[in-house]
Amino acid sequence: MSDDVWILGIYMTKFGKYPDRDTVDLAAEAVLAALKDGGVSMKDMGVLAAGCLMDAPGIAQRIQKQIGQTGIPAYNVSNACATGATALKTAIMTVKSGEADFGLAVGVEKLAGAGLLGGAGKSGKAGASWEPQGRFGEVMETEGRIGTSGMPGTFAQIGMEYLHTYGATDFDVFAKISEKNHFHSTLNPLAAYTKAMSLDQIKNDIMIAYPNTRPMCSANCDGAAAAVVVSDAKLKTLSLEQQRRAIKVSASVLTTDPYEEACQVLPNVNTLTRNAAKIAYERAGIGPEDLDLVELHDCFATAELVHYDNLMLCEEGGAVDFFESGATWRTGKTPVNVSGGLQSKGHPIAATGIANIWEICHHLRGEAGPRQIEGAKVGLAHVIGLGSACGIHVLERSGL
Amino acid sequence: MSNQIPFVDYLVLGDHPHLVANECTACGARFFDRRNACAGCSGTEFRKADVATDGEIMSFTIVTFAAPGVPVPFVSAIVNCQGTSVRGNIINVEPSPESVTMGQKVTLATYPLGADENGVEAIGFGFQPA
Repeated sequence: MSDDVWILGIYMTKFGKYPDRDTVDLAAEAVLAALKDGGVSMKDMGVLAAGCLMDAPGIAQRIQKQIGQTGIPAYNVSNACATGATALKTAIMTVKSGEADFGLAVGVEKLAGAGLLGGAGKSGKAGASWEPQGRFGEVMETEGRIGTSGMPGTFAQIGMEYLHTYGATDFDVFAKISEKNHFHSTLNPLAAYTKAMSLDQIKNDIMIAYPNTRPMCSANCDGAAAAVVVSDAKLKTLSLEQQRRAIKVSASVLTTDPYEEACQVLPNVNTLTRNAAKIAYERAGIGPEDLDLVELHDCFATAELVHYDNLMLCEEGGAVDFFESGATWRTGKTPVNVSGGLQSKGHPIAATGIANIWEICHHLRGEAGPRQIEGAKVGLAHVIGLGSACGIHVLERSGL
Repeated sequence: MSNQIPFVDYLVLGDHPHLVANECTACGARFFDRRNACAGCSGTEFRKADVATDGEIMSFTIVTFAAPGVPVPFVSAIVNCQGTSVRGNIINVEPSPESVTMGQKVTLATYPLGADENGVEAIGFGFQPA
């Protein structure tokens, strides 16, 4: 017996558009299916952690009211794009603490047709008299006048900064990363978009924030994902089949961004990811070279590049060469985002941090069908939410 | 000058327009917003520090798609002003990838953003090629 925690059941809905279903419908589908996948029921659960960024507070209780009010503690979790990972970690911590044998985490979002997120403007028009407002004392909307804090532009600058720091000048690398992820999604029936796109198609699509064109941005869509976790002791009392399919959580890490010069001017998504990765590898006793697949937070093509480096999949400064070597294609040394990633599978924000765990579990269980990474034993799932929060989970198959 | 107002508190107008930061007296970290304490060392004492008006572009993007009311296209950049990072627009250039380069030398410039009903003109800042 150990204090390990295992993923017993997990599920993601198909990502896409659900005009006739609300967030509770989608979350309920995910939770009920995750419970079934684990061979357990709501009555077994000792804790619920749920996240939905765009809904009114209280998604956990609204879900309970539809599928089982068992009186357990419920946490409503909100941590930007790391919300799903934070919900999962909350359930894991509760089980690890001994307060519960089983825990449940769910993330759900409805974003189809939501358009651009973040950086939305107040009126830029002059009023009766200028009145300085806010912490910067601005007299009108700063977006577009003091650079951008919108997501596409912010992450564009993050990718461009990386190239500048390491002396790279060919910006096509970002579009090529997008080409990879769109190609990968052709094998994922649950992805919101499953069409391959050529490099030319990607580069010539609508420009959002240079160099990110529309297909290089995460796809807004609807979706939910849920996971059931169980203690090591309890798992050993369950059936051999449940034990065989259970996936070990070898590390569950959450970090925020430590202060560094410039980090309040352009969010630094690098240091907190690197810090989380270091802790995760140490806790798991696993190195980046051991990973059979990685799902990382490619909210924009420019983000995926920097995270190769931050997760130490390549040597420092070597992300461009690493990608150009083919390493991150599904046939490469370290397949990255074989689900299609946020750019093609889609990004229903609060669901993402559990959906990427589902993808890894699917491969580790050998159940990923045509897109199976053969013989996968170890995987890593990474999310980052601006603000910032980084969640990393390292997962291993049971070996039974 | 009384008929002008800076777009943000940290822009100082006058003969030599420049930015001014809240600098932590303990660790030297610089911030542009109103502070409760220092994010670097939690110190609570700050002094005003003038920020250099010349710098170089550490990163940029050209935003062509934004929320309603946001004027596009515009060039957003992170400018290293002799050790202090500043976010701002690159102005007085074509907003095209050919017109802006990484590492480019730029200098602070101001421009009018319109007047309110009392005739007070808001003055913004950006960076233009040096």
